[in-house]
Amino acid sequence: MNLGLILLTGIIFGVGAVLLVKFGNPGNYGYCAACQLRDIAGAVGIHKAATLQYARPEILGWVLGAFGLAKMNGEFRPRGGSNPAIRFVLGATMMIGALAFLGCPLRGILRLAGGDLNGLTGLAGFVAGIGAGLFYLKIGYNLGRSHSYSGGANVTSYLPAAAAFILLVAVSTNSAFLNFSAKGPGSMHAPIIISLVAGLAGGMAAQRSRMCLSGGVRDYILVKDTYLLKIYGTMFAAALLANLYFGFFKLGFTAQPLAHTMHIWNFLGLFLTGIAATLAGGCPLRQLIMSGEGNTDAMFCVLGMLVGAGISHGLNAAGSPAGVSAVGQIAVIVGIIITTGIGFAFQEKSVSPSEGV
Amino acid sequence: MEKMLDLRGLSCPIPLIKTRDALNSSDNLKVIVDEPPAKENIIKFAKSHNYKVQCNADGSDFTIVISKV
Repeated sequence: MNLGLILLTGIIFGVGAVLLVKFGNPGNYGYCAACQLRDIAGAVGIHKAATLQYARPEILGWVLGAFGLAKMNGEFRPRGGSNPAIRFVLGATMMIGALAFLGCPLRGILRLAGGDLNGLTGLAGFVAGIGAGLFYLKIGYNLGRSHSYSGGANVTSYLPAAAAFILLVAVSTNSAFLNFSAKGPGSMHAPIIISLVAGLAGGMAAQRSRMCLSGGVRDYILVKDTYLLKIYGTMFAAALLANLYFGFFKLGFTAQPLAHTMHIWNFLGLFLTGIAATLAGGCPLRQLIMSGEGNTDAMFCVLGMLVGAGISHGLNAAGSPAGVSAVGQIAVIVGIIITTGIGFAFQEKSVSPSEGV
Repeated sequence: MEKMLDLRGLSCPIPLIKTRDALNSSDNLKVIVDEPPAKENIIKFAKSHNYKVQCNADGSDFTIVISKV
């Protein structure tokens, strides 16, 4: 893989994220596959948290950017059928863990680049979760094969891009069909055109570079491949420099934007996200990108993430600057139990030969 | 004798794990995948371990022939 692609992807995500904050997004919230998808869940009424409702064009841009580039470079491949129901559950648990931490692993790196040391705790949990997920893979975890679609079935692979486009039109026209927060984080956002351009650029860069937050750690542990880690390093450095330039950098654990200091739950939150992402074959960002590329299994994972956001906020299980509630702590533990069960239950020996290897 | 693995439709990183494991017991391997990232990861891994790699595209499938230099 070429150095130019590593640098370009890292700079788009690192500098782009800080510029989005400069233009109006909440602190350390330029890009986040979990929080921003949670805001979309609020915009379409999946949860009722009035301060967390906005159809974030960054996420819509990721899907549309990945879709557009994949169509152009011949990598739009309609496919699916590898246990979508379990992928839906993995998406929901992935989101519940991320919302306990208050961010996906991408935001974990961006938070750290803004000086929020809670990012370290969360990312340590993420790495541990990927290690746990790899254990299940090593003993034979496999959700079975996906299959290419042909003919009319191809239509389903266009649904994520179509949904993203409809939401983009709706948010651009202040459609009554969407909820818009009047105050709180959901009311803080960059102008739509800036968010969209940043999202499209991020989506295209992630499609081309195969960027995946769990994939980087996973590939290093498995085969000592540092390619994706170099993208994270570049992204971290770029975001750090941009935060220092704009005066956003503030080192410490306390009083960080959209963060809490309950270390164990920061760790366990992204631990859960790490297991679920490894078992689902990609982090929250990667699932969105693969959805744009026509992978309906990833689409079901994203739908699970949207429902996970509904569960988190419906049960008051999501983290907040005050910390993680008792219900939130139980939800994370239940999530870890469920993903562990999936890791042990879906072993190749229990999959029929036509589905497995 | 050349061993063959059909890894089409499997999620990342299963194609890479299976290729790596197969190379532990065979120096000549033919792998079929249908995902560009899986193809790229397998080629990168094989080359980094000094194998000779040849890849051919056939429709939406990629056939990767890996052999000891």
